[in-house]
Amino acid sequence: MGMTQHAEPAVTTPPAPGPSNTKDGRTAERPLALRLLARPEVGVFLGAVAVWVFFLIAAPPVREGSAMANILYQSSTIGIMALPVALLMIGGEFDLSAGVAVITSALTASMFAFQLTLNVWVGVFVALLVSLAIGFLNGWLVVKTGLPSFLITLGTFLILQGVNLAVTKLVTGNVATDDISNMDGFDQAKKVFASSFEVAGVQIKITIIYWLVFAALATWVLLRTKYGNWIFAVGGNKESARAVGVPVKFTKISLFMLVGFAAWFVGMHNLFSFNTVQSGEGVGQELIYISAAVIGGCLLTGGAGSAIGPVFGAFMFGMVQQGIVYAGWNPDWFKAFLGVMLLGAVMINLWVSRTATRR
Amino acid sequence: MTTEETGPHGAIIADTPDTAAGGEDGVIVELRGAGKSYGNIRALHGVDLKVRPGQVSCVLGDNGAGKSTLIKIISGLHRHTEGDFLVDDTPVRFSTPREALDKGIATVYQDLAVVPLMPVWRNFFLGSEMTKGPWPIRRLDIERMKKTADHELREMGIVLDDLEQPIGTLSGGQRQCVAIARAVYFGARVLILDEPTAALGVKQSGVVLKYVAAARDRGLGVIFITHNPHHAYMVGDHFSVLRLGTMELSAPRDRITLEELTNHMAGGAELAALKHELSQVRGVDTEALPEEGDLTAATTGEGTS
Repeated sequence: MGMTQHAEPAVTTPPAPGPSNTKDGRTAERPLALRLLARPEVGVFLGAVAVWVFFLIAAPPVREGSAMANILYQSSTIGIMALPVALLMIGGEFDLSAGVAVITSALTASMFAFQLTLNVWVGVFVALLVSLAIGFLNGWLVVKTGLPSFLITLGTFLILQGVNLAVTKLVTGNVATDDISNMDGFDQAKKVFASSFEVAGVQIKITIIYWLVFAALATWVLLRTKYGNWIFAVGGNKESARAVGVPVKFTKISLFMLVGFAAWFVGMHNLFSFNTVQSGEGVGQELIYISAAVIGGCLLTGGAGSAIGPVFGAFMFGMVQQGIVYAGWNPDWFKAFLGVMLLGAVMINLWVSRTATRR
Repeated sequence: MTTEETGPHGAIIADTPDTAAGGEDGVIVELRGAGKSYGNIRALHGVDLKVRPGQVSCVLGDNGAGKSTLIKIISGLHRHTEGDFLVDDTPVRFSTPREALDKGIATVYQDLAVVPLMPVWRNFFLGSEMTKGPWPIRRLDIERMKKTADHELREMGIVLDDLEQPIGTLSGGQRQCVAIARAVYFGARVLILDEPTAALGVKQSGVVLKYVAAARDRGLGVIFITHNPHHAYMVGDHFSVLRLGTMELSAPRDRITLEELTNHMAGGAELAALKHELSQVRGVDTEALPEEGDLTAATTGEGTS
């Protein structure tokens, strides 16, 4: 943004007879530090470091490796969902049903497998279909009606919340699903979705690895592929994107389905690490995912953001959630802390980007 | 830029190719009695238009005359509901802009040509990205895209230091030129320009008009939508005036003068009536205003020049 002062006169330059390799020389390079600060990912990275240092001082147990593994695990369950939510936000849409969709997926897998006494993999597969279908429905309704996704997904949020509770009670007579840990394929599925391994005496949950791999993949897709280009375009200006031939509907619907996929993944993790699912959970999580994406520098109105920013955003949340416990404070403070962090982060982001991009 | 001689208005006088002998050939896009209704509202009705390579076809009209509807039909955003729309003498019904693009019809929209937050080079290739590598790892060929974009922009006389800057930071004229360069690069045969000069200053308008002429000289058929008859007359080979959804005038350059065009655009007949009313108001010199009779010349021509 800072390099625009030359914009006006440049157009009066008479057309060059042929391509020459000279710069037009009317812009000065801004200092590297300023250019870096202008990137929202750098801001959220510094914020994450600040929160980390804060808890290193305030809560001595955080300094241990096992505590860090625990914090990263907490961050990963938020972070895996925050990634597609961030991509969707860059694509210009919201998904308020993301939190309860995780539980819907876990409930589906658990009840389908248990009630029909099938191999758990059948339940896992059906849950994937259901999650993708929910994502498709959200996306399809948004592109068909043109209504704000905020409204559409608020609707699906309420529907899923009610269905989760009612169907679970109808099927199991209880608010939670039955324990599936004795079923065929459970151990196998647990290995895939909820295992852990040891590194230097510290137990590392596998979700941390998934989180980082997904983040790397999302970054690559966003910056290096056609599809990533389309995500920025449909979020930045839907009409322009359509006019130059970008498949807007496909891009939006597939982004919603990507959220469905992640909801399935995290749902499976919940199911196979706790063996049973509480039907009333998940409410409020969607706001945590959205906050992580916003703190990570994704523009609420779409068209800008990154996949790496939400990784740091999710880390900040996981850090605070566990840090409060390690510091021996009342965990009730968590949400208040989050609110302060969200406000602080967006304001610092705003201030930094204004300062760094000043002409 | 252009090799044509310069006429009295500083206009570029194009030698209109005689297509009478060739009949229909050479015509890329043709509308025959085309129209569009939105429900019970008839936005456009009975429009005839021919676009030939190397010619600028100007469509003029006041706000609400149906210019936007006309563009939307040709560019594939909306389907026509009456008449015929032919590309290369074949009737077509586009359902997406992509189909129009595939036929070589590119549109440069007034304000929705670009995604402001995206870098210049990404905008240049948006929707037609260059890729490399086999499928699972097929990725953008960023190096080649930046190089090509820079080359094409320099060909058009636009020199940018940093192709990474968001296109929203360019001036309006530069953005138009980037969009025109993009359309030319992607092999457009017909270029639709939607009021490219409407929001620009005098100098910038001149630059855009130069690129219109440049595109024409490269052999593109240009549909130039505007409500500025002066801009239209500088580059146009054929002029159509829309009023209230119908074609009020269709004339080749040699059958109409700038004055007549201006009067038509200003709403000739209505102005004559207004003149009568104004003559009863003190202080308005109505002698200098044209009479309705001056406007009858070249009112309706056949297709094109």
